[in-house]
Amino acid sequence: MNREHREKIYRVILFASALIALLVIIMIGGFIFGEGMPIFTKYGLDKVLLGSKWQPSNHIYGLWPMIIGSIYTTMGALILGVPLGVLTAIFLAEVAPKRLVDLVIRPAIELLAGIPSVVYGLFGMVIIVPAIRALASTIPAYAEDPLLSSGYGIIAGSIILSIMILPTIISISEDAIRSVPAEYKEGSLALGATHWQTISKVMLPAASSGIIAAVVLGMGRAIGETMAIIMVAGNAPIVPDSIFSSVRSLTGNIAIEMAYSSGEHTKALFATGIVLFILIMIVNSFALWISKRGLKNA
Amino acid sequence: MHESQVKIYTEDLNLFYGDNHAIKNIDIQVQENKVTALIGPSGCGKSTFLKTLNRMNDLIPYVKITGEVYLDNLNSYNDYDIVELRKRIGMVFQKPNPFPMSIYDNIAYGPRTHGIKDKAVLDEIVEKSLQSAALWVEVKDRLKQNAFGLSGGQQQRLCIARVLAVEPEVVLMDEPTSALDPLATLKIEDLVQVLKNNYTIIIVTHNMQQAGRISDHTAFFLNGEIVEYGATEEIFTVPRDKRTEDYITGRFG
Repeated sequence: MNREHREKIYRVILFASALIALLVIIMIGGFIFGEGMPIFTKYGLDKVLLGSKWQPSNHIYGLWPMIIGSIYTTMGALILGVPLGVLTAIFLAEVAPKRLVDLVIRPAIELLAGIPSVVYGLFGMVIIVPAIRALASTIPAYAEDPLLSSGYGIIAGSIILSIMILPTIISISEDAIRSVPAEYKEGSLALGATHWQTISKVMLPAASSGIIAAVVLGMGRAIGETMAIIMVAGNAPIVPDSIFSSVRSLTGNIAIEMAYSSGEHTKALFATGIVLFILIMIVNSFALWISKRGLKNA
Repeated sequence: MHESQVKIYTEDLNLFYGDNHAIKNIDIQVQENKVTALIGPSGCGKSTFLKTLNRMNDLIPYVKITGEVYLDNLNSYNDYDIVELRKRIGMVFQKPNPFPMSIYDNIAYGPRTHGIKDKAVLDEIVEKSLQSAALWVEVKDRLKQNAFGLSGGQQQRLCIARVLAVEPEVVLMDEPTSALDPLATLKIEDLVQVLKNNYTIIIVTHNMQQAGRISDHTAFFLNGEIVEYGATEEIFTVPRDKRTEDYITGRFG
């Protein structure tokens, strides 16, 4: 076999590998849409998306509680996780001694990324949920309602998700801050700006597209997370009216009910999958667009 | 060399990068409102020396400095707050390094950092600084546009204007024209000639003709030491040291 021939074979193998990833995504998408679409056509897009009741035994398939549930817990996770993550990234990129970062902090963050989500769930059930339950018990109006006083709900879900998205936010933000040209920093310091002024006025704005990409990717992770959120969110399919309220995510809806569902109920769970799929696609495309735009500006 | 005030002087200044003795026993007196050129081959320590004057070497780990630097007879490393020192000693870098923001914001950055918030005052500073840097006419109609849209030479003049906006007394220039074309270089050189009326300028340059054209005094650096320091005319016409002569006539470097 001559060299040219071998090169050609390598190219074909590489192309085929790339093609498989593409095929898989198309197949999954096609499968979910094929199974779930009948629900939308039968009950109407608005009834399914905006319906606030989920009662499969009565053939009522409103997904609004779960859409709101995913949005609330994800927003909560971002509110807690983004400031913490970005500040940590600044610390790692600009302040911490290199040895401390390399030997202690970075391995710790990598470990955080590697912990299985069920373990996060356990941690949440044992530590966070009881703490919130104790807090809720001090609010008289909530004490009698198990959906508000159990400790399982939006707050617990948000806290757990915020910890789970930290590694994503920290590492991508840190990369973004590190890739700000050293000339900007020197220029700013040479004008008599302090280190913090330099970070906040020059470096963070210059790194902003990377940081936004980090936030959006973290958001994608939070929306898609399943096990941990099931374990701490309470999972009542209701539209919550308090941050103490029990809540069910889109992912939780599928994972909890798929095992015993049948017929139309199963199709409704696939419809849940469609909503999730589209949501994740939007978030990820946004992240891709932001980071591409950042590259162009750099 | 006694015709004017000494603005900056050093006493037995040494700098080490770890084990590397990068600048050695530097004693130099820089005259006020003059242009002092630092020349010498690559790696001779002239840029490193320049950065000891506004303490930019403080950024680099493993740097150790011994000896003294004085600005207006006060010790740069002990008597000044670093922010105050850098306000008084501005720096223009080798590569134009405007911030990724508008022309206006680039100039206003320094004053804002030092607490000026009044829009009218900032407007005035921006105009004055750009005029001093001979850039006003070219950019006055596009102050809100991104500074990256300017040419290399304009960007470098913008960086000079940005330095002038904080009203320094000394301006350090680290090979400010090495990334520019001849025409842009000429404009910067003309500018330096004007600026020396109000500022003390210390310029590192690779370009001997440039040192000859624009400086009043020249220091020749070699292997971290100052081989010869004196009036530019003398250095270029009657160098006392054989090594200076060899370098200036292009025998090495």
